[in-house]
Amino acid sequence: MLELEGVTKIFNRGSIDEKVALQHVNLTVEKGEFITIIGSNGAGKTTLLNAITGSVFVDDGNVVIDGLDVTHLSEFKRGRLIGRVFQNPLMGTASEMTIEENLSMALLRGKPRGLHKGVTKNHRNIYRPILQTLGLGLEDRLTDRVGLLSGGQRQSLAILMATLSLPKILLLDEHAASLDPKTAMVVMDLTERVIKENGLTTLMVTHNMDQAIRYGDRLIMMHEGKIILDVSGEEKSKLTIPEVIQRFEIVDEKLLLV
Amino acid sequence: MFNILIVALLQGFEYGLVTLGVMLSFRVIRFPDLTIEGSFPLGGAITASMIAKGVQPIFGVGVSLVAGFAAGVLTGILNTKFKISKLLSGLLVMTILFTVNLRIMGRSNIPLLYYQTILTPIEKIIPRSNLPLILFFFLVILLSKWLVDQFLSTELGLALRATGDNEQMIKSLGVDTDSTNILGLGMANALIALSGSLVTQDQGFADIGMGVGVMVTGLAAMIIGETLLRPKNMGWLSTAMIVGTIVYYFVISLGLRLGLAPTDLKLATGLMVALALCAPALRDRYGISRILKEAKKRALVKGRSLG
Repeated sequence: MLELEGVTKIFNRGSIDEKVALQHVNLTVEKGEFITIIGSNGAGKTTLLNAITGSVFVDDGNVVIDGLDVTHLSEFKRGRLIGRVFQNPLMGTASEMTIEENLSMALLRGKPRGLHKGVTKNHRNIYRPILQTLGLGLEDRLTDRVGLLSGGQRQSLAILMATLSLPKILLLDEHAASLDPKTAMVVMDLTERVIKENGLTTLMVTHNMDQAIRYGDRLIMMHEGKIILDVSGEEKSKLTIPEVIQRFEIVDEKLLLV
Repeated sequence: MFNILIVALLQGFEYGLVTLGVMLSFRVIRFPDLTIEGSFPLGGAITASMIAKGVQPIFGVGVSLVAGFAAGVLTGILNTKFKISKLLSGLLVMTILFTVNLRIMGRSNIPLLYYQTILTPIEKIIPRSNLPLILFFFLVILLSKWLVDQFLSTELGLALRATGDNEQMIKSLGVDTDSTNILGLGMANALIALSGSLVTQDQGFADIGMGVGVMVTGLAAMIIGETLLRPKNMGWLSTAMIVGTIVYYFVISLGLRLGLAPTDLKLATGLMVALALCAPALRDRYGISRILKEAKKRALVKGRSLG
């Protein structure tokens, strides 16, 4: 479903601030796979997601989504293939617009937008049951501005919006990190349910080891722009937090020796 | 007093189109567009010179609309495709338009007193009365408001609004925000050029300097409307634009009646906008809520020291 071949990204090349964000990264993601990505700050996790969405263009290598080489495709053109939820709940929704308007925009992901009415009765009949599954009472607040919602409510809505039109790939960028622990749990459960129900191919960046181990069926650890650990299946299900931390420390020691 | 109200209504409806345009650029796509000061006289220049050449006035209005749209598109292209800052893009097009307008007119002023305009037959319905004219301009602004409202609730309209609200998000939903920005600017400036065209026909002349201060007037009207109606949705926002323009011209006419010199108008308008824009900062620093908050804090400290 997703293939990265020798993807390299270097920021400020040739200057003293040169930063290698991605170094010949190769990654093949199968359809329906749910991958969690961990790594220390500056390991290249977010750049990896940005390279997939086209927020940054890679210096070298190819990005292929569902057999289509998108390496040189602009961000908005890849938009129809990729759903994304950001860490900041403000980024995934339009705050001055209503809940139903936000959902309508998401429903048209990647489709041409014409002069048809943006929100119709039919739309509302689709949105209500979907919102009901959140259990947040949003189904009765369709015409409320999204700016009135709490962070957790907005993030839940953002997840619905990212997945509403079933994108080929779902990217989650520490999307539960800015929420309080209880809300984060609710949002994570929602995330897992939506992914399972729709069989979505997913990449989730997280700083939370527990989440990285508990969710998904494959775990990737990144360090200095490289993938240094890639476990899946049974091996992953047996993984424990101390083990992962130990791997982290091995890398850190190497770092000290250099 | 009644006279002032009549004047305020007439001008409010005429210039309400400018405020609607300002709303589209400043509020909907959040683009501080300076093109306005060039596209307003552009509509006037085109209409006046076409009428003076004997062309049917209605064509003058049509061409003004198209030319205004093109001016906005040019600003949009400079900003989105060539990465020139928003303010500078508008400023460049506005400066270019000054020459364009002079070229179109061939001189700095074209009087239209002895020509038929689209308003001539309307003025004749009831001699020596402003009523038909006011009604006509009311219908024009009502239709424009309705069209803008309708458009902003379409699929494309939602994308336009999201471009101003959260550009990153709507981009990730597959919308080319370059295009939505360009379209928004085009529509805004088409409305503004239409206003320039109608104002020219009503006042009976086009002048190269007629655009000076139009943007700040539009901003003032917009802020007044927003403050008075506190609109919660698009329909109310566009209504607020029209109400704000009427109130603005009412205040201005009243000021003139009370002895404000016409030469001081721009100063008064500028101060009005500046004051309105300062309001949030002033409120934070000296406002009631802050005083209350501090009083509460003091009370808390006192309570604690007592306890």
